[in-house]
Amino acid sequence: MSQQNTIKIDFLSKRKLALAFSIVLIGVSIASLATVGLKKGIDFTGGTLVEVSFAQPVELNDLRGLLSQAGFEGAVVQHFGSSKEVLIRLLPDEALNSAALSNKVMSVVNEKFSQKGELRRAEFVGPQVGEELQEDGGLALLYALICILIYVAVRFEYRFAIGSVAALAHDVIITLGFFSVFQFEFDLTVLAAILAVIGYSLNDTIVVFDRVRENFRTIRKGSPVEVMNISLNQTLGRTIMTSMTTLLVLMALFFFGGEIIHDFALALIVGVLIGTYSSIYVASPVTLALGITKADLLVVKVDQEELDKIP
Amino acid sequence: MINHFPVWKNLTIAITLVIAVIYALPNLYGEDPSVQISPLRGAVINTALLNEVKNQLEENDIALLNSELTDSQILLRFNQTEAQLKAVDMIKSTLGNRYVVALNLAPATPQWLRSLNAAPMYLGLDLRGGVHFLLEVDVKAAKKQAIDRSATSFRQFLRENKLRYLNVMADTQAIRIKFRNQSIFDSAINQLSSQFREWEFKPEAEEGSTTPTLIATMTDDELKKVRDYAVKQNIITLKNRVNELGVAEPVIQRQGDHRIVVELPGVQDTARAKEILGATATLEYHLVDTQHSASSGRVPIGSKLYNRRDGGQILLKKQVIVTGNEIIDASSGIENDTGSPMVSVSLDGPGGKKMSKTTRDNIGKPMAVVFIENRTETKMVDGQPVRYKTVVEEVINVATIRGHFSNRFQTTGLDNSAEARDLALLLRAGALAAPIDIVEERTVGPSLGQDNIDKGFNSVMIGFALVLVFMVMYYKTFGLFADIALAANLVFIVAALSLLQATLTLPGIAGIVLTVGMAVDANVLIFERIKEELKNGNSPQASIQAGYEKAFSTIADANITTLIAAIILFGFGTGPIKGFAITLSIGILTSMFTAIIGTRALVNATYGGQQIEKLRI
Repeated sequence: MSQQNTIKIDFLSKRKLALAFSIVLIGVSIASLATVGLKKGIDFTGGTLVEVSFAQPVELNDLRGLLSQAGFEGAVVQHFGSSKEVLIRLLPDEALNSAALSNKVMSVVNEKFSQKGELRRAEFVGPQVGEELQEDGGLALLYALICILIYVAVRFEYRFAIGSVAALAHDVIITLGFFSVFQFEFDLTVLAAILAVIGYSLNDTIVVFDRVRENFRTIRKGSPVEVMNISLNQTLGRTIMTSMTTLLVLMALFFFGGEIIHDFALALIVGVLIGTYSSIYVASPVTLALGITKADLLVVKVDQEELDKIP
Repeated sequence: MINHFPVWKNLTIAITLVIAVIYALPNLYGEDPSVQISPLRGAVINTALLNEVKNQLEENDIALLNSELTDSQILLRFNQTEAQLKAVDMIKSTLGNRYVVALNLAPATPQWLRSLNAAPMYLGLDLRGGVHFLLEVDVKAAKKQAIDRSATSFRQFLRENKLRYLNVMADTQAIRIKFRNQSIFDSAINQLSSQFREWEFKPEAEEGSTTPTLIATMTDDELKKVRDYAVKQNIITLKNRVNELGVAEPVIQRQGDHRIVVELPGVQDTARAKEILGATATLEYHLVDTQHSASSGRVPIGSKLYNRRDGGQILLKKQVIVTGNEIIDASSGIENDTGSPMVSVSLDGPGGKKMSKTTRDNIGKPMAVVFIENRTETKMVDGQPVRYKTVVEEVINVATIRGHFSNRFQTTGLDNSAEARDLALLLRAGALAAPIDIVEERTVGPSLGQDNIDKGFNSVMIGFALVLVFMVMYYKTFGLFADIALAANLVFIVAALSLLQATLTLPGIAGIVLTVGMAVDANVLIFERIKEELKNGNSPQASIQAGYEKAFSTIADANITTLIAAIILFGFGTGPIKGFAITLSIGILTSMFTAIIGTRALVNATYGGQQIEKLRI
């Protein structure tokens, strides 16, 4: 195997630049998450959400006025998808019987508003349930990372495991940061998307690592950096192709899947882009920095007789 | 010979595909608007009833498509929604409240597929429309009630055993009993401990206190029992109430420790659903009017005609013996002497006195328990919402008074222990209501449900088409193989979802879309590997062989890690998210099969055993 043929791009020579880039992104993400935070949906905050569709376009201010007259002062009213669809949000209110709130909103709209609406969707999440969903979501992320860490450590080597989990944490933080900076709504489906991003990004990383492991065993000459570079180049075609097909279907979902799935698709698109980048520029450099060498991955042949002699 | 599959291997792939196609097929047939009739309260479903309904439909010129009779229900299919709606009104008015008559959309799966147990995918509420409620049982209130009831029992017990106490005080956690002196205290603690084993009695160490105080707390086992009972009795009453809503396929399930999920597909009037679910129940014991017959049609003064739960009617004296408020406890068990199932009931002091008075004079006569549901409903009258109260009364048990009793008595003569359990739960539901609250609600209107299906379907198709084109453009002939495998993969996912009857949700559809994008990954890995081998100067046949072989462990590793993420998602997610995890997991597994074995079969069939100069890849 000739190395000159396979190295087209010297990825790792630019790893300092990439490090700076990642640090900036992570810094911005953490800063935004710490100060502005996520715009949590009612899945996590608790509250009531009512989606109503009308035959004619709706003037939001009229509806807002009507609702605040009827006692729903804190109601957030916005268009959803089109000017004929309206989303009304109410925060959890101790004083009102929350479960009946959506029905009250609908009756206010139907009795007093200039046109009748059709209930598309109503959601109510109690504050307690919201808190639990939030907790469970956080735990799910944590467990996913731990299980993956263990699997990669067993299948490869602990430095690879740390490298891949570093890449995953990188992806999760930046995707969350993206949702925080642009204040897109963060709900259960977005959380599911982030877990799927973990799966995807890891997929990418594993493919590279698999090649690195193989090359460490077959290429006699070359430093770890060189071997990594060769591996990255060899898998580059696949990385790009798979990202392309995945992004294609995500675009289909983003543009044609409807409003409810919109943020979900967005989270995945951001995650796939970041995940592709991180499998090249986070996972491999971290593993390198931890001092991986060829010897770590050589297949250890244990002589069975030798083992038998051990008392 | 390399790149050749033995016949059995090709055959296995073909057979698997045929099976998948068969089980995916039901999804292509639509749904018939239908009416579902299921029995309530001991009513029966039989051919006679079916014929009666059919005749009525004919008389009213309602065209019936076909009908099905099973042990548990009658299903009537119609051509149009209009006929279905007319039919449901008619049937409801003639069958009365002994049957649940519900609108449904029955899958129009042909008979030969149904005989193979093939059915279309089960759509979640976000796709078919309906309401999802999460109800929480107020465990604190249930515990407080249990403590209050026990305090009453303790007082009674101490009085009966001549153990003079100063007072018995119950708070939300424990019961404190004060005594005048140490000797009464000592014997009380002994006797109470042996009588009430589900409680722990300890002396309370209080400084400077002259009156010895006993503190009684519930054991953990008992606390768990109280909570379990509270949840179970709510489930049994919720089931009754949901029947009244006339829903075709309701789901009522316990979730976790103290929550209950209620799913009502197709229900749009959520306000009414909440009112009916939120009813309160009470109980009354009445004597049966044995002098008059219920079938005579005349109701004498001082009596009232009641419906029986197991069908038929019964005349009861209007006078109430005791109400649910006077019941302290009701539990099912086995009678010691006979070994037959029974329900034992304890009453409080005033209730016991009233019961004693009645039973003394009425030995040998039957006594009935009436279960009463009170609820407030809102109806629109002249465009104004009007609230009014509805009361539904039902006789749940009739038993003969065998002797004179007061505070404690047993109801026997029950058919089996399941019936005893149900009766005990109903008695508790009427007497010892454990409050429930709606803590989560998700309602999806029918138009949104259909929109979600359409948009989901569109995005799957568009995503699929884009990937097909892309793969053929880039990998040419091999891209075509991958495309065929991808199509087969979609069939497999649909077949697996249909077979498992797993719930398909909107995020679930998103999961399918994502799988379509990611499923080709295995093929990309293989094809890139083949290209590399070719570049290294290997022969086409050897390159194919090496490409598949070398890519395999990578594909396995990559997919297993994604599977880990999906399984964790399944474990933590609720409802729709679970749907996403399911389709993602199934997609990963089926794509491994189609992308590795499926494409290999195609490649082998095309190139195997030939002399090839060049591969179009």
